[in-house]
Amino acid sequence: MTQITSLSLFELIKNIKEKKISSNEVSKSFIDRSEKSKKLNAYVTENFENCLKLSKEFDNKPNFDLKLPGIPIAVKDLFCTNEVRTTAGSNILNNFVPSYESTVTQNIWNEGGILLGKLNCDEFAMGSSNETSFFGNVQNPIAKDLVPGGSSGGSSSALAANLTPVTIGTDTGGSIRQPASFTGTVGLKPTYGSCSRYGIVAFASSLDQAGPMSKDVKDSSILLEVISSFDKKDSTSIDYKRNNYSSDLTRNIKGIKIGIPKEYRVDGMPDEIESLWKKGIEYAKDCGAEIIDISLPHTSYALPTYYIVAPAEASSNLARYDGVKYGLRSYGESLIDMYEKTRSEGFGEEVKRRIMIGTYVLSSGYYDAYYLKAQKVRQLIKQDFDQAYNKVDAILTPSTPSSAFKIGEKSNDPVSMYLNDIFTVPVNLAGLPGISIPAGTDKNNYPLGLQIIGKPFDEQTVLNIAYSMEEKINYKNNITDWWME
Amino acid sequence: MDGIMSKKNLEYLIERNDNIYEVVIGLEVHAQVTSNSKLFSSSSTKFGAEPNTQVSLVDAAFPGMLPVINEYCVKQAIKTGIGLKAKINNKSVFDRKNYFYADLPQGYQISQYKYPIVGEGNVILDMPEGQKQVGIERLHLEQDAGKSIHDVDPSNTLVDLNRSGVALMEIVSKPDLRSPDEVNAYIKKLRSIMRYLGTCDGNMQEGSLRADVNVSVRIKGSTDLGTRCEIKNVNSIKFMQMAIIYEANRQVDLIEKGEEIDQETRLFDTKKNETRSMRSKEDAHDYRYFPDPDLLPLEITDEFIDKLKSEIPELPDDKKKRFIDEFKISPYEATILVSDIDTAKYFEEVVAKMGKNRDMKLAVNWITGELFAVLNNKSIEIAESPISAKNLAKLINLIKNGTISGKIAKTIFELMLDGDKDPQIIVEEKGLKQQSDPKALEALIDKIINDNREKAIEYKQGKEKLFGFFVGQAMKVSGGKANPQLINEILKKKL
Amino acid sequence: MTIDLKTVKHISKLARISLEERKAEKLADDMNSIFEFIEKLNELKTENVEPLTSIAETTLRFREDKITSDNIREKILKNSPEKNDDFFVVPKVVE
Ligand SMILES: [Mg+2]
Ligand SMILES: [Zn+2]
Repeated sequence: MTQITSLSLFELIKNIKEKKISSNEVSKSFIDRSEKSKKLNAYVTENFENCLKLSKEFDNKPNFDLKLPGIPIAVKDLFCTNEVRTTAGSNILNNFVPSYESTVTQNIWNEGGILLGKLNCDEFAMGSSNETSFFGNVQNPIAKDLVPGGSSGGSSSALAANLTPVTIGTDTGGSIRQPASFTGTVGLKPTYGSCSRYGIVAFASSLDQAGPMSKDVKDSSILLEVISSFDKKDSTSIDYKRNNYSSDLTRNIKGIKIGIPKEYRVDGMPDEIESLWKKGIEYAKDCGAEIIDISLPHTSYALPTYYIVAPAEASSNLARYDGVKYGLRSYGESLIDMYEKTRSEGFGEEVKRRIMIGTYVLSSGYYDAYYLKAQKVRQLIKQDFDQAYNKVDAILTPSTPSSAFKIGEKSNDPVSMYLNDIFTVPVNLAGLPGISIPAGTDKNNYPLGLQIIGKPFDEQTVLNIAYSMEEKINYKNNITDWWME
Repeated sequence: MDGIMSKKNLEYLIERNDNIYEVVIGLEVHAQVTSNSKLFSSSSTKFGAEPNTQVSLVDAAFPGMLPVINEYCVKQAIKTGIGLKAKINNKSVFDRKNYFYADLPQGYQISQYKYPIVGEGNVILDMPEGQKQVGIERLHLEQDAGKSIHDVDPSNTLVDLNRSGVALMEIVSKPDLRSPDEVNAYIKKLRSIMRYLGTCDGNMQEGSLRADVNVSVRIKGSTDLGTRCEIKNVNSIKFMQMAIIYEANRQVDLIEKGEEIDQETRLFDTKKNETRSMRSKEDAHDYRYFPDPDLLPLEITDEFIDKLKSEIPELPDDKKKRFIDEFKISPYEATILVSDIDTAKYFEEVVAKMGKNRDMKLAVNWITGELFAVLNNKSIEIAESPISAKNLAKLINLIKNGTISGKIAKTIFELMLDGDKDPQIIVEEKGLKQQSDPKALEALIDKIINDNREKAIEYKQGKEKLFGFFVGQAMKVSGGKANPQLINEILKKKL
Repeated sequence: MTIDLKTVKHISKLARISLEERKAEKLADDMNSIFEFIEKLNELKTENVEPLTSIAETTLRFREDKITSDNIREKILKNSPEKNDDFFVVPKVVE
C-alpha cells in the first residue's frame, strides 16, 4: 500500500471502513510526518497526544456510519477549539484557551474527525503570504523560502506536505483559494451563510466564510458536506436545503454554461497565467461545457472596495482585544494607557495598519466618502454577477495573478501584496461560492490555479465542474520532502 | 395643546440683570426592557445577582461569539412605541457604536443609529395648569454596558458584566420640556405608560430607568436653541431636577459674563450638587457608527405590529377619560388614580367589589386619603397594601349602608391593617355596629335630657351652642355607635 | 488627498494603539499609498445606488426569550490577565 499520508481523504475513509487500517495508525502516520516537518512551521499548537488517545478510543468503539470515521484533521488556528489554545496567529491571543468550540469544527468532531493540531495563519487572517503571523513564516513545501499563500498558509502547507489529510481554512478575500493555488491543492470558499461563523475569530464579518481545503475535489465535497450547516447561533447563517455534495458529485457537466469575464484579463498579467486560463477553457469545453464571453464591468473596483469594507469591519471586530477579558495585557498607568500599550504590543504591523485604515474610513467626516461609497460599489459588483448569472451557470477565471513568491519579496509593499487577491476578492464581496483547483505550473514549476465561481448556494455545480476539469487536467504536485531531516 | 403653558406664574424662568431666560430641556431616557434574557444573548437579566454570574460568552465578547436577537425585546420596544403613539418602522438597522471602556467588552455597543425601530410620537403631561404635549423623537433598542466599580479597591477598578447586553430602550424626547417640574411629570408619565404595558418596571433604584439630560438656555421669547450640554446618566428624578437647576444657572452665568458655552457631556456630582465636564471621555468622542455586519436589518410586518396593537391594554390617558365618564370623578382625582398601574388596578377592584350601590366619592377619598397615608408611612407600594381592595370595598359599603359611621370606620380601618381583617367580622366581634334604631335612640336621648335638665332649659332660652353638647353626650353614651344623623334629628325634635 | 502625521496620531488615539513617532511616519506613508489606490472608487457615480450592508439575503431571525446560559463565571474569568474571584480588574479609572 502507498504511504498512508499520501492517501486522499476518500481513500482513508474507505480503508478505515474496510478495517484495512485503524484510526490510530492513520493518526500516528500524520503525527510522525508532522514531527519531521517542523521546518515548515505549519503548526502553531499540536494536539498529537490527545489525537492518539482519541483515535484509540475510536478504534475500540468504531462507528463506521460517520462521515469522517476516526480521521485526524488539523485546522486553521482561527477556529476556536474547546480547551485547545487558539491564537489567530496573534500575540494578543498568545495564551488564549477557549472553553467553547466553533460550529464548523464541532461538525467535524461530530462526524468522527479528531483534532490533530492548530495550523499557522496570517495574524487575524490579514495577509496573503502567512508572513504576518506572530508565530513566524510558513514554508511552502513546493520549494524552499517560498510563501504558502495566506491567510490559510499553515493549512495549505500542511495539506500539500501531507501533514493532514484535509484541512479547513477561512476565506475573507481569497484566504482559502489563493494558498490552495500557491500549493497545488484544492480550496473551496462556500456561499456566505453556508458555514456558520460561530466560534471563528472574526476578521470581516460580512465577508468571512469557512471552507474545505483538500488534495482533490472529491475530498472537498466530503468535507463541505460535513461543515456546511444551518446554525441558529449565527444570524447570517442561511437555512436552505444543502446537497449531499459528495454523493451528488458527477462529471457530467454537458451543456453547462461557463462564463469568461473579459475584465479578468488585467494589465501586467503574466503570459503563463493567460495561457493557463486558455488551457482551462479548452478543458472545460472538452468536458462538454459551453463557453460564453461575459462582462463583469466593476471588477477593477473590487479591491479598493474590499480595502475599505474589510478593514472597517476589522477595526471594530478587533476592538474586543483590549487586555481586559483574555489575551495579552501590557502594563499601563491608566486604563487608556493600558489599552494603548496592549494593542500596540499585541498586534503586528499589518493588523495595526488595517485597524488604522478601518478606523479612518469610519471616522466622522469620512464615512460617506469611503465606507458608504464602498457599500454602494459592493452593490454594483454584486449586480454584475447577478446579471452574468442570467446567462451562465458558472464563471472560470485564474485564481491568482501570479504563482507563489519568495518570503520577504512583497512584505514591504502593502499594495502589491493586496493585488494578490484581485481575482478572489470579488467573489467574497458578492458572497458567492468559489473553488481553486490546481491547473498547471509556471516556468519555475510552481503551481497555478484556476478558479470556478458559482451561483449563490450552488456549490454542487462548482464542485461538478471542478471534478470534471480535474480529471482532464490531471495535475500532480511534485514535492521532494526537502524540508525533512 | 401646542406646548405652551397657560399660566405665566408657573413657568420656570431665570432672571439675571434685566434678562429673563427660559430653559430648554430634552431627555434621552434609558429604560430597561422587561425580559427574561438579554437582547442578544440567553443569559439572565435578573437584578442583584453575584458579580459576573449572569455573563455568557457573547456578553463578555469572546472571540467568534455572535449576537442573536431576542424576539420578546423587539415586541416590547414596539409595544412601547404604540404606547407613545409613535410610528413603528417596518425596517430598522442595528449599528455598532464604537468606543473603548472597561465595562464595554465588545469595544462597541450594538445600538440603532440611522434607522431606529420606533419613530416620532408624543406624550401628554397633566400639569396643574393644564395638559401639555411633549414630542418623542424616536425610540431605539440597544445593549446596556456592564458596571465599573471604582470605590471598592483603592488602586483598581473592578468590572462586573452582569448588566452587559441587557436590552435598553432609548427614548429620545424633543426639546419640549421647560422646567424641572415638567421633567418630573414627563418621567413619571413615561414610567406609567411602560408599567401599564409591562415593558419596563421603571425601578429607578435598580437603574431600570436613567436619563441623559440635555439642557440649554435662551432669552425668553427667542426661538433659537442655545448651545446644549448633555448631563449623562442621571438615575433619579430629584437629581435630574437638581442637575437642571444647577446647569441652567451655570449657563446663564456664562452668557451674562459674555462667555461661550461649550457643547459637551457633563456629569452630575450628587454630593456637591453640581455638574462638571467629563474630559476623560473627550478624545474618544468619534463613535464611528456603522451597520453591524453580524446582524441583518430588522424587518417587521404590519401583521406583526397589528397583533401587538391588539394586545395593548388600556393606557393611562384612556383610563383617565373613562374614569371621569363612567365613575363621575374629577379630572384631578382621575389623574391621581391612573398615574400608576397598580393604583388604578386597586381602585378598579374596589369599585368592582363595592357592587351596585357603590359610592365613588367614598372610594376615592379612602384610597387617596387613609390608604395612601398608610402606604406613605410604611414606604410601601400599593401592590403590597396591607388592606386588600376587597376588604376596603367592604368597609366603604358598611359606611354607605349606615352599618357604621365614618368615625368608627377609621377605627376599623386601623384594626384591618393587622392581617387584612374582614371589616364585617371586626364590626361583629367588637360590636361596633351603628345604632340606627330610632326607638332606642329616643330612649337614650330622653335619658340624657332628663339628666341635664338645666342645660336643656338654657338651650331653649337661646344658648344654641349647647346642641353640640347633647350630640357629644349621645355619642359618648352609645360608645360612638349612635347614628349621628338620627341623633341630630331626634335632638332637634326633643329639645 | 494625503493623510498627515496629525491625522495618523488622531486615528491611533481613536483605535487605542500607541504609536512611536517613527512608526507613525511609516504608517502615514503606507496609508497614503493605500488610499491612493482606494481613490479609484471616485471614478464611479453612485448617487442612486442602494448600499449593500449584508450579502446574506434573508431577514433577522428571532430567538426565544429563554435563559439557556448558566453561571459560567469561572470560565468567563479564566483567561483574564487580571482578575479576582468575582471581577475583572483594570487600572483605576477616575471619572
Ligand atoms: Mg446620550
Ligand atoms: Zn443610549
